[in-house]
Amino acid sequence: MSAFFRVAALVVRKDLTVEVRSFEVLSTTLFFAVTVVLIFAFGFVKEGVPIDGVAAAILWIALAFSGTLALGRTFERERQADTLRALMLAPADRPALYAGKLAGILLLMALVEAVLVPMVGLMFQAPIFYAPGWLAGLLAAGTLGFAAVGTLFAAMLVRARSRDVLLPVLLYPMTVPVMIAGVRGTAALFQPEPDLGLAQFWLALLVFFDAVFVTLALWTFEPLMTD
Amino acid sequence: MSGDFDCVSVVQLGRHYGRRRALADLSFSARAGDIVGLLGANGAGKSTLLAILATLLSASTGRVDYGDTTLAAGGAALRARIGMLGHDLFLYPELTARENLVFFGRLYGVSDVHARVADALERAGLAARGDDAVSSYSRGMRQRVALERALLHRPRLVLLDEPFTGLDQASTAALVARLRQEQARGAITLLATHDLDVVDGLLTDAVFLRAGRRAHAGDGDGPLRDRYREAMHSA
Repeated sequence: MSAFFRVAALVVRKDLTVEVRSFEVLSTTLFFAVTVVLIFAFGFVKEGVPIDGVAAAILWIALAFSGTLALGRTFERERQADTLRALMLAPADRPALYAGKLAGILLLMALVEAVLVPMVGLMFQAPIFYAPGWLAGLLAAGTLGFAAVGTLFAAMLVRARSRDVLLPVLLYPMTVPVMIAGVRGTAALFQPEPDLGLAQFWLALLVFFDAVFVTLALWTFEPLMTD
Repeated sequence: MSGDFDCVSVVQLGRHYGRRRALADLSFSARAGDIVGLLGANGAGKSTLLAILATLLSASTGRVDYGDTTLAAGGAALRARIGMLGHDLFLYPELTARENLVFFGRLYGVSDVHARVADALERAGLAARGDDAVSSYSRGMRQRVALERALLHRPRLVLLDEPFTGLDQASTAALVARLRQEQARGAITLLATHDLDVVDGLLTDAVFLRAGRRAHAGDGDGPLRDRYREAMHSA
């Protein structure tokens, strides 16, 4: 088990070093996410007053779109010098390689969320500080579910010619349950009278989806990547 | 280390991509110290064969025996004994040569990795530029780092796909010398190449491939280029 975490940590550290040197994925992802929120703000905020109940959906749409971009760019980097093959050749647990890539994506998306959530709160007057712990829990669980499936698919598609088209086509239908639970749970916190009970229900559902998706991804990564 | 072997046998190996046949009924074997050339035109199946030997691809028919071990039974211990230099270089351009080698060395569980990496950079003639990003290197320098990356964990089976592509004369000579060192160490080297003049005299055996099948070229004497021509045009 320690070898598993050692390999995953090696991959995360490598990904972070590469990102610190190039700043490519974080900058493009962040720019894209901020642009999405701004465009929605132009459409849904009239005279400084946002339309009721849209903040949660806009937050999750921005996360899903920018997350897809981050996944694509992260694995494009592994494709350019065929380094994903080099990782698969190593005598390391292949699920540990997956876990390392997943952790790198999660860190990246967490940084994007750190900017996106206050921005949505500001522009759509969402009460992001009413229950910050619950909101953080929903975001963490939702991001994990989305990234768990996304990392698997992005790795699978790395050698496919139409990978940029196929990734969202495969990813969005699979992560619909995560998106629904994320939006509904967040909306429960953002409504005029926040409903913690409802948010807790959707968070529990997200944790369940996470357990299923992460388990399936760890289980299927090696056979899917062998051919 | 467990998973070691002193011979590799390819037995009636076949691989299909859908209806397209990439390899069919291919058999040969190589022993420790052998340098075997995989020679054939583009699309003959050389890269597919290397991918199967590297455990990256499964065979549709037949098998590969690594000593007494098969691909299915070998797992990570078997992969630890294989080193591959692909057509792409398997290096992160944003990282320095040292960082690339240390990363892969740790992934392979190499002990005393920093000393081993320093030796590798010295052998590659890059000790002074080991802390420069790989993206700043010439093709030949990258190729030398990539080769050292493939050999860092002292693999028994060394798989090289077009290792001489884009190299100047000095880099080619250095690569040939490095392969001879590996031969003396007891590595089994399988080498896919079109540079027949370079490898003539280096190879201990040659497997000629035509449309995924082994083509025979008479006896083992004579210049490699003549034998290649004979194999490619034989019925």
